[in-house]
Amino acid sequence: MQSASTDTANRAIGIIDQFKGLEGPLLPILHELQGEFGYVPKETLPLIAHALNLSRAEVYGVFSFYHDYRDHPAGRHVLKLCRAEACQSMGGDALADRARQLLGIDWHGTTTDGAVTLEPVYCLGLCACAPAAMLDGEVIGRLDSERLDEIAAEVRL
Amino acid sequence: MSITFYVPRDSGALALGAEKVAKTLENEINARNLDAKIIRNGSRGMYWLEPMVEVETPGGRVAYGPVKASDIADLLDGGLAEGKIHRLWLGLTDHLPFLSRQTRLTFARCGITDPVSLDDYRAHNGLKGLQNALTLSRAEIVAQVTESGLRGRGGAGFPTGIKWKTVLDTAAPQKYIVCNADEGDSGTFADRMIMEGDPFVLIEGMAIAGIAVEATKGYIYIRSEYPHAIAVMNEAIEVARKAGILGASILGSTYAFDMEVRVGAGAYVCGEETALLESLEGRRGIVRAKPPLPAHKGLFGKPTVINNVISLASVPIIMDKGSAFYKDFGMGRSRGTIPLQIAGNVKYGGLFEAAFGLTLGEIVDDIGGGTATGRPVKAVQVGGPLGAYFPRALFDTPFDYEAFAAKDGLIGHAGLVVFDDSVDMLKQARFAMEFCAVESCGKCTPCRIGSTRGVEVVDRLSANIEPEKQIAVLTDLCNTMKFGSLCALGGFTPYPVMSALNHFPEDFRPAPVAVAAE
Repeated sequence: MQSASTDTANRAIGIIDQFKGLEGPLLPILHELQGEFGYVPKETLPLIAHALNLSRAEVYGVFSFYHDYRDHPAGRHVLKLCRAEACQSMGGDALADRARQLLGIDWHGTTTDGAVTLEPVYCLGLCACAPAAMLDGEVIGRLDSERLDEIAAEVRL
Repeated sequence: MSITFYVPRDSGALALGAEKVAKTLENEINARNLDAKIIRNGSRGMYWLEPMVEVETPGGRVAYGPVKASDIADLLDGGLAEGKIHRLWLGLTDHLPFLSRQTRLTFARCGITDPVSLDDYRAHNGLKGLQNALTLSRAEIVAQVTESGLRGRGGAGFPTGIKWKTVLDTAAPQKYIVCNADEGDSGTFADRMIMEGDPFVLIEGMAIAGIAVEATKGYIYIRSEYPHAIAVMNEAIEVARKAGILGASILGSTYAFDMEVRVGAGAYVCGEETALLESLEGRRGIVRAKPPLPAHKGLFGKPTVINNVISLASVPIIMDKGSAFYKDFGMGRSRGTIPLQIAGNVKYGGLFEAAFGLTLGEIVDDIGGGTATGRPVKAVQVGGPLGAYFPRALFDTPFDYEAFAAKDGLIGHAGLVVFDDSVDMLKQARFAMEFCAVESCGKCTPCRIGSTRGVEVVDRLSANIEPEKQIAVLTDLCNTMKFGSLCALGGFTPYPVMSALNHFPEDFRPAPVAVAAE
């Protein structure tokens, strides 16, 4: 039987091999790994470094620089709330406070039942129908407290 | 006769329920045995009417909105297919004042065509610019773009033709076209709309740029927050490649050009061109010192044209109608049209493409209709998180690069975020500093340290600790950031901070806390 870490390594190597021929392959590889695993397992970083002839520090530096990459799995759902100015102008701050209170977590936190991770996002380009949010990749405009309460209930089902 | 309905696939429309509307309409079409099809178009840019459903009639397209899925059955019963009057009926789309008052050059097709139909694109004057470009020499194309007066729509306003000329004049075995689609500024969505609504215009613009400067490879760097734009662009690139618009021989010519989409990873600073190049190369998005200019040493050290989406998407119309046609619009040194993005707390929010020169007041009060909440407008932030807050007193400022600079502001990517009188400008100033601290790439000290110190100073100010001293420190700090930062992130963060402080001083000197009665 294959151990879990060997399985992770094999899947990661498959992805790395697929993308390493691109010009500037590092971000596409990290995106694909996160797509595959839901986060970027730290044991894959040395594999990337080896394949791209980079130091592990360089790979870690890139991984940690970008807000999108996670070093651990998110909850079953990911709720992103826009925190930028256009959403602020339509009461986004109050909604954000409500969301944190409803879910009992702060930014980047995951509820203890693993149901949902709450993340801030700075602009979804939905500024003419603010406040905006994104639930598992689905865009939501003109978010209000009623809809937010529904979301908070839905994600916990 | 077959009926054609339009339900947008634009993110803004989707965010307001367009997918459900389209599904319901499809089910009803099947249930009623109608001979009808649904085209998923881009948005016309009137977001208070989204999801806006249109139907083709002999007299033109008729619009209904905002439509909820639960309205569909009633709409069909009431004669949606014939464009009949209904409580959601808006009339002929082209006659809606918000649209008929615009000058749509770059956005001519957005919301009208099926974004991924090349036939539709051709039928609406697509590819004419590229065909014209193929009859010209490289230098002639560059000259035409230069003469049009087109300036970088990303915010810096640098003349596009000059940038292209520098790349054309730099000999190298490989050159690149990079499209900056890292539209991170709050209040802006023009790039997103054009990528979702008319992706071929961007592909055409990039192909023309490639021909003009002898570049054979292009990258579109799209932010990860735009999954729908990424999907539509990828779809359109595939269609363009199959049709021979991209590839070894553009439209059968001897020119080769191909492109691919690259996805960002949530770093705002990657909208800065050199940080974007670093990111494309697979590094941290750290700003590069200039010189060397990207035009000399850009992506992988090769000469690179790096332009904003709207700059590149404006090239096809210039090559189609000529530089004189484009240059004829606008004022002063701001030539052509600008897609204004009216956002935030505003009644009629959306995209309004117009020649430069409208005043801020016309845009906010007249076109935008004031606030959504109905309260008085207190401030308008123009140009994203690094743009200045304008008070009503400056509403006579015309929308023009130089006029805004003269008022210590910038037009940036032409996003306007409206705030009503409930906004606390001290809080907005704090947010500007906080945002800079979160997003700073960390390379230069004024930005990295200055922004964090800025948050602390504003916090002391709001706690009313020696306010006059804090204001002096904040002003000095902003001065250091403005002149000492390597790029616009640290360099422009002082705009929102100082404009808030200068135009709304009352918010920075809170009334002394009333002492409770014994």
